[in-house]
Amino acid sequence: MFYLDFLIVILCFKPFRCRSLPAQRKYMRSPLIPEMATQEVQLNETLAHLKTESETLKSKLEEERAKLHDVELHQVAEKVEGLGQFVMKTRRTLKGHGNKVLCMDWCKDKRRIVSSSQDGKVIVWDAFTTNKEHAVTMPCTWVMACAYAPSGCAVACGGLDNKCSVYPLSLDKNENLAAKKKSVAMHTNYLSACSFTNSDMQILTSSGDGTCALWDVESGQLLQSFHGHAADVLCLDLAPSETGNTFVSGGCDKKANVWDMRSGQCIQSFETHESDINSVRYYPSGDAFASGSDDATCRLYDLRADREVAIYSKESIIFGVSSVDFSLSGRLLFGGYNDYTINVWDVLKGTRVSILFGHENRVSTLRVSPDGTAFSTGSWDHTLRVCDDCYFFIGIKYNQNLCTFNFTPCAPDKPPLSLTATHLPKYSNLKKHIYRST
Amino acid sequence: MFIFFLAACEKHRPLPLFTKPSSSLHHRLSPCLPLSPLAHFLILHPSASLPAATLSPPHRTINLRQKHRKVSLGFFFSQTPYFWTSTRWPASELDYAIYLAKKNIRKQGELMEYEKERYSVLHKRINHTWDFVVMQAREQLRASKQRRKADRIVLECQEQAYWLINRPPPGVHNVLDVGLERPNNFSARVTLNSDYYKNEIETSRRALGRNRVKSSICLEGFVKYSEQYLNHDPIMQGCLPSNPWISDDTAHWTMNADMVPTPTRLRVERWSFSFMELLEDSMGRREFMTYLEKEFSAENLCFWQACEDVRHGESSRIVEKVEDIYKNFLAPGAARWVNIDSKTMDKTLEGIRHPHRFVMDDAQMHIYFLMKKDSYPRYLKSDLYKNMLAKAIVPQETKKSVFPFMRRQRHSSPSPAQAATQAEDGQAKGAGQAGTNSAGGSNA
Repeated sequence: MFYLDFLIVILCFKPFRCRSLPAQRKYMRSPLIPEMATQEVQLNETLAHLKTESETLKSKLEEERAKLHDVELHQVAEKVEGLGQFVMKTRRTLKGHGNKVLCMDWCKDKRRIVSSSQDGKVIVWDAFTTNKEHAVTMPCTWVMACAYAPSGCAVACGGLDNKCSVYPLSLDKNENLAAKKKSVAMHTNYLSACSFTNSDMQILTSSGDGTCALWDVESGQLLQSFHGHAADVLCLDLAPSETGNTFVSGGCDKKANVWDMRSGQCIQSFETHESDINSVRYYPSGDAFASGSDDATCRLYDLRADREVAIYSKESIIFGVSSVDFSLSGRLLFGGYNDYTINVWDVLKGTRVSILFGHENRVSTLRVSPDGTAFSTGSWDHTLRVCDDCYFFIGIKYNQNLCTFNFTPCAPDKPPLSLTATHLPKYSNLKKHIYRST
Repeated sequence: MFIFFLAACEKHRPLPLFTKPSSSLHHRLSPCLPLSPLAHFLILHPSASLPAATLSPPHRTINLRQKHRKVSLGFFFSQTPYFWTSTRWPASELDYAIYLAKKNIRKQGELMEYEKERYSVLHKRINHTWDFVVMQAREQLRASKQRRKADRIVLECQEQAYWLINRPPPGVHNVLDVGLERPNNFSARVTLNSDYYKNEIETSRRALGRNRVKSSICLEGFVKYSEQYLNHDPIMQGCLPSNPWISDDTAHWTMNADMVPTPTRLRVERWSFSFMELLEDSMGRREFMTYLEKEFSAENLCFWQACEDVRHGESSRIVEKVEDIYKNFLAPGAARWVNIDSKTMDKTLEGIRHPHRFVMDDAQMHIYFLMKKDSYPRYLKSDLYKNMLAKAIVPQETKKSVFPFMRRQRHSSPSPAQAATQAEDGQAKGAGQAGTNSAGGSNA
């Protein structure tokens, strides 16, 4: 009888034990959760720790940079002769794009231009005659980058399709350029800028995915990738230096980085802008570069001194700069702004020497021609303009019945010219005279 | 148009367009329940026409400087909730039908083409509940009339925007498909993880150890450079005979073409500015080669050109080119043996076993600096250069014509692409050191 009782008791107990097992398991599980939690906390701590370390190093770097800064650029430039006021004039207007012009590039023959626009069209112009020579329709819209090959035989372009494609230019009218297209670069986000290196065989691209990359055109292979930006990379420029191995890129993280093409490492980094950097361009000697940003300033960074050396800004300019370029001697810096104007700065003195109106919408791209004879701008008003300066700056003096036209040249060594009219001309005649000067 | 929604409850934080509202709020949005007067809306009105605005370009920075109106809404009824994008309240056909019906009633026949089409399609499809649709539409219109004008306008805009996104007009990108991939400030492109910061630290450490030059020296350099190149800058000083863009005369370009019998004086002067200038000008390079041949050191320049070709040429031909270089310039007893120091030579020979694009870099650099320090200064002092300088022409400035309005005929020039194809056809294979670049380099 007792055994039976025991059996019953045991039977009763068993289920109870089984029931308690899951509870036990739960209890066993719970210590793991705090463990994982501490791991995560540790990771977060390390991340914060790294972040603070990075920031302290950066401020240390700024201190080091400031140590050798003994003079400002405009002080050094005091002894240089000032430039008069330049008057810029549009020499050619290229009409043909159906939508906003986003990017353009010159050919090495100094007269041809390739331009790309929002509607997906890429057009090659002979800017001198304003004839269109080739037109390609890309399968995507917003073609934000285009470049001319150094040999003049191909163009590269890309945009929202995340790719950079190379089109060899054929003169056969019947041939469809799109048929021979070659897809070279592949990014995971939009292509913001592209440029051929010294030859037709390699392309450097920058993208909205935060990286730049160097590609081999023939095989489409990635030769080198450059990581270091924390946000979209918007622009790049290759150095004209002797060793020809570096390039600079600017991005939405307000940083301008100088990279070594061979190793993929970032050599120098500058972070003084207050907003996205839209455009970077090397100084002709290769020792410095200028950048234009949405904070309405252009800045000059010296690579040997390793710091920012000049800021080109004015209180009246509040719209961002979309593109910058230097004149051939590096004395002038042209900036295309989002308030539809082009401002020309004296690089050495830091003053503005000219302002050019003419576009009816924001200026999206600006490049000086390879031999420096003119500069071309593309804008959201669907046109491109090739501009130059007038040789003469006109000053008009009214003196009772005498009207003196003073023609003073922009260049200091050219002789001035003066004409006097003995009667007061009508206003319409006056305008004709002014126009006739160049 | 961007609609920011400030959540009513505990935290007031702006949400971008496509996130769901919090669940507690969603409960409040269930039908026939009035919402407590806690919700605030920040609405940015579109500029110009609405379709264009929704198709906004990849704004890198969302331009908050556009006009916006902050409207505080009191009561509003159950009709409004479906504006708020939420996966738990998809844009149904019924709602769209109600919207179109409202629009039809309100402004008789002012539906756009595509809207008219869709209206008729929907009418066919949900004919059985059409009475309900019309009734709802009328009800909503009546309710909206009771609201303040400001609120009404805001809600109308919201509704319009909602339907533009969910039922886009034909030919327009469906933003919901493409939207999230467009660049916007809310998503970090690059994950700021520990690797990123480690990279940053590495870069900063390297940068700290960099050699810096005093500002005064660097800035002097700019002044000197600008002065030196002032005469060569057409925008600053004008160019001779005339700027082609102004006078429509291409004489300037013809005179400075790659292959001319006599170069211009400015061009020859420029060769004396730096070694890079001399090498970049194909005519200058040719002249320098002639000089080096006289000095019996032409192999240096040939070697340098061959190395450039390897660095910038086709990937597929690297191995073959490196072998050529080794045979011609580096092998012991080679025909055109170049004088490199033993350390660099050893390193290069080691590298040649596994040739890659940059294998010749050290040797090339060595020879480049050798030429720059030794042969280049002697070239500038040589008779060859001086004669060239004396022979060089200074073009006459063209007299400005009396009738400037009479435009000269602008002649077109042969495209570089054409020149290249002709040269390729005529040229024998194995162009040699000059490579493919020179073939396409003949400019007008």
